[in-house]
Amino acid sequence: MILSAVFSILFYLAFAVFSVGLVKRLLLYWRTPAPLVIPTTPAPLTNIGVAGRLFREVVFFESLFKGSKWTWLFGWLFHFGLLLVLLRHLRYFTEPVWGWVVALQWVGIYAGMVMLVGLIGLLVRRFLVDRLRYISSPSDHLMLLLLIALAGSGLLMKYVWHTDVMALKTFSLGLITFNWAPLPNDPLLLVHLLLVIILLIIFPFSKLLHAPGVFFSPTRNMADNPREHRHVSAWAHAPTTADEKS
Amino acid sequence: MPVPPKEKFDVPRIEEVFSIPAIRVNAMAHSKPFVAKPEHQEALGFPGKLVDGWQDAALDKMEELLGKYRSIRVFLDSCVKCGACTDKCHYYLGTADPKNMPVARQDLMRSVYRRYFTVAGKYFPKLVGAVDLTEDVIEDWYRYYHQCSECRRCSVYCPYGIDTAEITMAGREILSSIGIGQKYANEIIGKVHKIGNNLGLPEPALLDTLGGLEEEVEEDTGASVKFPLDKRGAEVLLVTPSADFFAEPHVDGLIGYAKVFHQAGVSWTLSSYASEAANFGIFIGSYENMRRVAERVREAAIELGVKRIVVGECGHAWRVAYSFWNTLIGPFDFLDPSHPVPQHICEFTHELLNRGALRVNPDKNDDKVVTFHDSCNVSRGSRMGSVPGGQFSIPRNIIKAACNHFVDMAPDTTHEHTFCCGGGGGLLTDDLVELRVKGALPRVQALKQVIDDYGVTHMAAICAICKSQFSKVLPFYDMGMDMVVSVHQLLGDALELDGAE
Repeated sequence: MILSAVFSILFYLAFAVFSVGLVKRLLLYWRTPAPLVIPTTPAPLTNIGVAGRLFREVVFFESLFKGSKWTWLFGWLFHFGLLLVLLRHLRYFTEPVWGWVVALQWVGIYAGMVMLVGLIGLLVRRFLVDRLRYISSPSDHLMLLLLIALAGSGLLMKYVWHTDVMALKTFSLGLITFNWAPLPNDPLLLVHLLLVIILLIIFPFSKLLHAPGVFFSPTRNMADNPREHRHVSAWAHAPTTADEKS
Repeated sequence: MPVPPKEKFDVPRIEEVFSIPAIRVNAMAHSKPFVAKPEHQEALGFPGKLVDGWQDAALDKMEELLGKYRSIRVFLDSCVKCGACTDKCHYYLGTADPKNMPVARQDLMRSVYRRYFTVAGKYFPKLVGAVDLTEDVIEDWYRYYHQCSECRRCSVYCPYGIDTAEITMAGREILSSIGIGQKYANEIIGKVHKIGNNLGLPEPALLDTLGGLEEEVEEDTGASVKFPLDKRGAEVLLVTPSADFFAEPHVDGLIGYAKVFHQAGVSWTLSSYASEAANFGIFIGSYENMRRVAERVREAAIELGVKRIVVGECGHAWRVAYSFWNTLIGPFDFLDPSHPVPQHICEFTHELLNRGALRVNPDKNDDKVVTFHDSCNVSRGSRMGSVPGGQFSIPRNIIKAACNHFVDMAPDTTHEHTFCCGGGGGLLTDDLVELRVKGALPRVQALKQVIDDYGVTHMAAICAICKSQFSKVLPFYDMGMDMVVSVHQLLGDALELDGAE
């Protein structure tokens, strides 16, 4: 009972840190001016084109593909495995479970394995390539290990040490609807959930900010139209006759 | 065979197959440019020498920049150390110093940012690689922010578009603001503020040089091609890098522009007040100095009553003109709105070629097999024409119109993947010659390949810095300095001139 209460509180805390921290960060990015037009060219000329560029960046990792095929492969496997795994987990937060989430269940399992392969590939590269070894901090390795432990514990629960998923669902739905329920106290589940809590808390303070960051990156989100549209920001523009009059 | 100058370093060997070097820690730790003297600093509004309490001053400046540039904040936060950029910098490939990997160069600032401006770095510095801003760190900044040519190649491959150039500019701005600017760049900016061009050429000298060029062209061709200076009411103000006035091979490019204007029958003028297209303000990251340099162009255009502004062959100048001028010195409501403002000389010439307004005989260049070096700032920081990538096709189309024999270098070394010449970003100074020679390696490697495979004799460029840099460093690799030519030299040589004998 105490365990369930502790985890419930931790989840609320983690969610609060995650959302407040992230919103504050996004507002900071939003409010900081981009004074000059600096897209990496060739760049799209219109905002619709820019949306397409960001879409390709986020979905296909277009630039990374140009940069490093191995990192692209492992990185893409990890991220899209993760996406499917997250979608699969929606079944713990919806009642009745949406049809497409039901349909995704079997894919999600394989996605979990794919995600693990990607993560291990990224970790191995970090050790094998001298240039990556040089630029890696402890946090870079720990982040990968955290995600590997997260995926590994999830898969172990599926295949080796099962947990009571119905009780877990009652617990997770309870968190959302404020009808608190007990949490099955299987050690593996507790580890899995604790890792989720850690991930949520460190998100707004770590390199995980790359996820929202890409949308704010001026080299990717600006249109190449400086001759046609005069770009001005709060502080960066010349005092011209027009400004002096107003 | 050209004799390479004697220097105290080993010139890299050109390998058959290009390979990424294994890291050699501190391989270039000895490389740093001369520090600006007090008078160079003060002319730009910077303190003359290292200020008391420089640590706080640097951190204050950093906080200011974090609030003024979204790029810096987002770039410092977003890097995941994926390593995609680690083998992309020509200075890393040429020196193997790991601090010349773009991510490591950024980390010199990121580690300080984390220590003072992020929760993780304040409480867990070791975990996230955060460090205190010590004298050693500032010395590393001075060394390695002057081993980046701000060429943006790394930004092409970064999944978040992190542009190390932005970080380098911020680093240099902080350094200048605490009193340790770079002599080469800051002295030059001071000359522009005072006299109007990087070389410090006053109006009489300019007039004399241009008069000499008129005589020279008339002697060579018989045509009376003019080089007007401060001509009021001309249609076009040409703003070109001052190296075009007498450096080789630049000046042949200027002659080419003049021939194009002559043939097109478009009246044009240079300005003695705004006699410089280069704008080193971008190199040192100083918005205010960049604006002041650009402001001269606006003033000259209004004063002379021109309708259009055309910019000569210069890489970073074109980036500043194309991407920043409208912000810095716009709006251009005093110019003819039916032409893009500003216009690149290649756009101007290309339009004339397309209209059939120029008679060109490419046979005149039959002694040459030409390749083209895409300049970094033009390729990745600007555009020409009306479609993305015009900056690649337009200069090539001009060369192909002027030469029968053109070949491109390897595709991973051209267009958006182009390598910097090794001398851009304010590094074109003799106190950095080792860096410049080593940084040229990837480009020289690709050039060697087309020389061996296709018998290339000349490499054309559209950047004053590229032209000077290659003229200096090619002899180190046993290549002739006269291989480098201006695009408009090729065209000028192939042009059938009215009034020619």
